[in-house]
Amino acid sequence: MASRAQPLDPVARAGIGAIGLVLAVTLLPLAAVALAAEGEARLSASDFAAIRFTVLQAALSAGLSCALAVPVARALARRRFPGRGALVTLMGAPFILPVVVAVFGLLAIFGRAGLLNAVLEAIGLPRIDIFGMTGVVLAHVFLNLPLAVRLLLSAWARIPAERLRLATALGFGPGQMERHFHWPVLREVLPGAFAAIFLICTTSFAVALILGGGPRATTVELAIYQAFRFDFDLGRAALLGLVQVAISAVAALSVLRLTDVRDLGAGRDRAMPAWPGLGRGAVVLDWAAIACAALFLVLPIALVALRGAVALPGLPGVVWAAAGRSILLALASAALATLLALAAAALMQAGRAARRGVETASFFGIAVSPLVIGTGLFLLLRPLASPEALALPVTGAVNAVAALPFILRSLSPALAEAQATQGRLAVSLGMPAWQAWRLAYLPRLARPLGFGAGLAAALSMGDLGVIALFSVTDTSTLPLEMYRLMGSYRTDDAGGAALLLLILSLGLFYLFDRAGRAG
Amino acid sequence: MIGLRDIAVVLGEFRLEMSLDLPKGARLAVVGASGSGKSTLLNAVAGFVAADAGRIEIDGRDVTGTAVAERPVSILFQDGNLFPHLSVFDNVALGLRPDLRQSPGDRAAVDTALAQVGLDGFGPRRPGSLSGGQEARTALARMLLRDRPVALMDEPFASLDPALRAEMAGLVQDLCEARGMTLMMVTHDLRGLETLATHVLLLAEGRAAAFGPAEALRADPPAALLPWL
Repeated sequence: MASRAQPLDPVARAGIGAIGLVLAVTLLPLAAVALAAEGEARLSASDFAAIRFTVLQAALSAGLSCALAVPVARALARRRFPGRGALVTLMGAPFILPVVVAVFGLLAIFGRAGLLNAVLEAIGLPRIDIFGMTGVVLAHVFLNLPLAVRLLLSAWARIPAERLRLATALGFGPGQMERHFHWPVLREVLPGAFAAIFLICTTSFAVALILGGGPRATTVELAIYQAFRFDFDLGRAALLGLVQVAISAVAALSVLRLTDVRDLGAGRDRAMPAWPGLGRGAVVLDWAAIACAALFLVLPIALVALRGAVALPGLPGVVWAAAGRSILLALASAALATLLALAAAALMQAGRAARRGVETASFFGIAVSPLVIGTGLFLLLRPLASPEALALPVTGAVNAVAALPFILRSLSPALAEAQATQGRLAVSLGMPAWQAWRLAYLPRLARPLGFGAGLAAALSMGDLGVIALFSVTDTSTLPLEMYRLMGSYRTDDAGGAALLLLILSLGLFYLFDRAGRAG
Repeated sequence: MIGLRDIAVVLGEFRLEMSLDLPKGARLAVVGASGSGKSTLLNAVAGFVAADAGRIEIDGRDVTGTAVAERPVSILFQDGNLFPHLSVFDNVALGLRPDLRQSPGDRAAVDTALAQVGLDGFGPRRPGSLSGGQEARTALARMLLRDRPVALMDEPFASLDPALRAEMAGLVQDLCEARGMTLMMVTHDLRGLETLATHVLLLAEGRAAAFGPAEALRADPPAALLPWL
C-alpha cells in the first residue's frame, strides 16, 4: 500500500493533542462516573420511571417531528413563493435558539396564562395544562421539526432536476410522484432523522427541567441533576449517568448507521423545476402545511420579542452581569471549539484511519451527555479545587466539545478541497507549513470557520446544562438567571432576559458568520 | 418532420429566434457555444419552456400549446435518466405506463426493447450496478418503448468514453433508421457522429448561424462551423 509522501504538518500534529483533549473531557469523566457507580447505590422505582419516561418522550418527540415534517418539507420542495427562502432559513434557527427561550415562547402560547388558554376560556372550553409529557414533547417537536424538515428537503434537493423533467415527459400523475419521488426519499431519510432526534431528546435537559419534573415527567438527565443538586447522592447520580450513556450510545450508533452525519445541521436547498402530477388537493394541503409550520415556529419567538421588549430596559443588574459572563463564556468556548476543530480537521486529512478516529472521538461529545460529563468532572475536580469556582471554565470546555462535530462537518470538506488544490501547489512551490496555512488554507476556510465559531458561540450562549450542576449565584450565566426568574414567577423580567438571550445568541452567530463570509 | 415557424423564446436577457424545417427521418445535431440556445431550443420542442411567439409543428400537427407528456416526442436526458429504486426492467417499463401495471404483452415489449439495446438479462438489476454505457442503453430502451415519431436527446453521450460514444451513436442510428424516427440531438462535439447526424444546426446567440445537410456542410463548411468539425 502506498504511504503518505508528505509528513504531517504542525496543525495536523496539534490535531492529535486536540483529539486527546476531547477524549480526556469525555472519557475521563465517564470513567469517574463508572467508578463512583460501583458502590452501594441502587436505582429506585422513580429512577426506572425516569428511564421509561426518557425513552417514551424521545420516541414520541422523534415520531411526531418526523411525521409533521413530511407534509411541510414536501410543500417547501414543490412550491415557490415569496418568503420561501426566509422560511427555509428560519428552519435552521431552532438549532441555535436557546432552549430556555424556546420554552418561554411556547409557554406564552400554550402555558396556563398563554394565548391558547385565553381563547379557550373565552369560548367556554376547559383550559389545557402542558406541564409534563405534553409540554416536553411539544417543546421537542418545536425544536426538532425544523431539523427533520431540512433533512427531507435536502434529500429532495439532491434529486437531479432532469429526473423531475423525465417524470413530466412520462406524464407522471400523483400516484407515480408518491411512488417514485416521495417514498424513496422518506424511506432513505426518516429512519436517520428519527434516530438523530431521538438522540437529541434523550439528552435534552433544559426542556425537562422547565416543563417536566415530578414523578411522572422526569428524564434520566433531570434525575441525575436532582440526585446531584438536591440529594447529593453521587453514587446514584453516577449510576443514572451510566444509564444515560447506554441510552445515548444506542441512539448515537443508530444515527451513525442510518444518517449521513454531514446532513445534520444546515441542510441544502436549491431551486427545483416544477413538480408534475399535483392535483388541487395537493395544492391545498401544501399551503396549509406551510402556513401551520410558519405559525408554529414564528409565533412563540414573536411573542418572546414582544413581551421582552417592554421589560428589557428595566432588567435587574444581576441579569446584565450574567449576560456579560455568558458573552465571555460564549467567546471563549467558540475560540476553543474553533481551534480544536481546525486542528482535528487537519488531522482528518492524514488518511482514512485518522478520519475515522477523529469522527469517532468527536462524536463522543454528542453521545456522552453534558450532564454526565459534568457529573464526572465534578467528581474529578472535587479533590483538587472547588468545583463551583471552576463552573465557567468547565462549562466552556464541555460546550466546545459538544459543538465540535457540527463544526467539523463543514470545516473538514472545505479543508480537503483546499489541500487538494492550492495545497498541492503550495507543496510544489516548497512553501513552509505556516505559509501554506496563511496563504492557501485559511483564506479558503474563512466561511466554514465563521459559521462554526458562530454555531459554537450561540450553542454556548444558550446552554443550560452543565452550568446548572455547578453554578452558584456569582457564576450564573444568562440562561440560568432566566430560569431562576421563571422559577420565582418574575415573568416580566424573565421575558426581558429571554429577549436579551435571543438577541445575544442570534447576534453572536450572525456576527461570526458574517465575518467568515466577508473573509 | 419538425417545423419551427418563427418561434421566439425569451428567457431574461436571452432571446432565441428560429425558423426551421427538419425532414421526417432526419437526424439533426445541434451545436454551438455555451449559452447559444441549444438546450433552450430542445426544451421548447419538448415543451419544458413555452414559446413566446410562433408555432412548433411535429408531423404537420401544431403542438405549441400541448403539454410535455402529450407531445409526440420522447426525450433522453444527459443525467438523471434512471430511478435508482427501480429495477432496470421497471425503469424501461415506465416508457409504456407510468403506473407500471404491466400486461404480459407489455412485459414482452420491455424484454424486446432491452434485447434491442443489448441488455438481455439485465432486467432484474438495479441502476447502481450498471456501467455508464449500460445506464445509457437502459434509458435508450425506455425511449424506444415510448414509440414516438420524434426523439430529443440532450448531450446523450457527454459522459461516455470515446469507444462507448461511438457504440451508442451506432445503436441510436440503427434504431432511428429501423423505426423511421426523427432525431434532434444537442451535442458539444460532432466528432464520432459523422454517420449518425444527417443534418447540422449551428446556433450562435439564439439564432441559426448555419443549417443544412451534414454532408454539404462538411464539404464546404462555413467558417463558424469549423471548430465543431
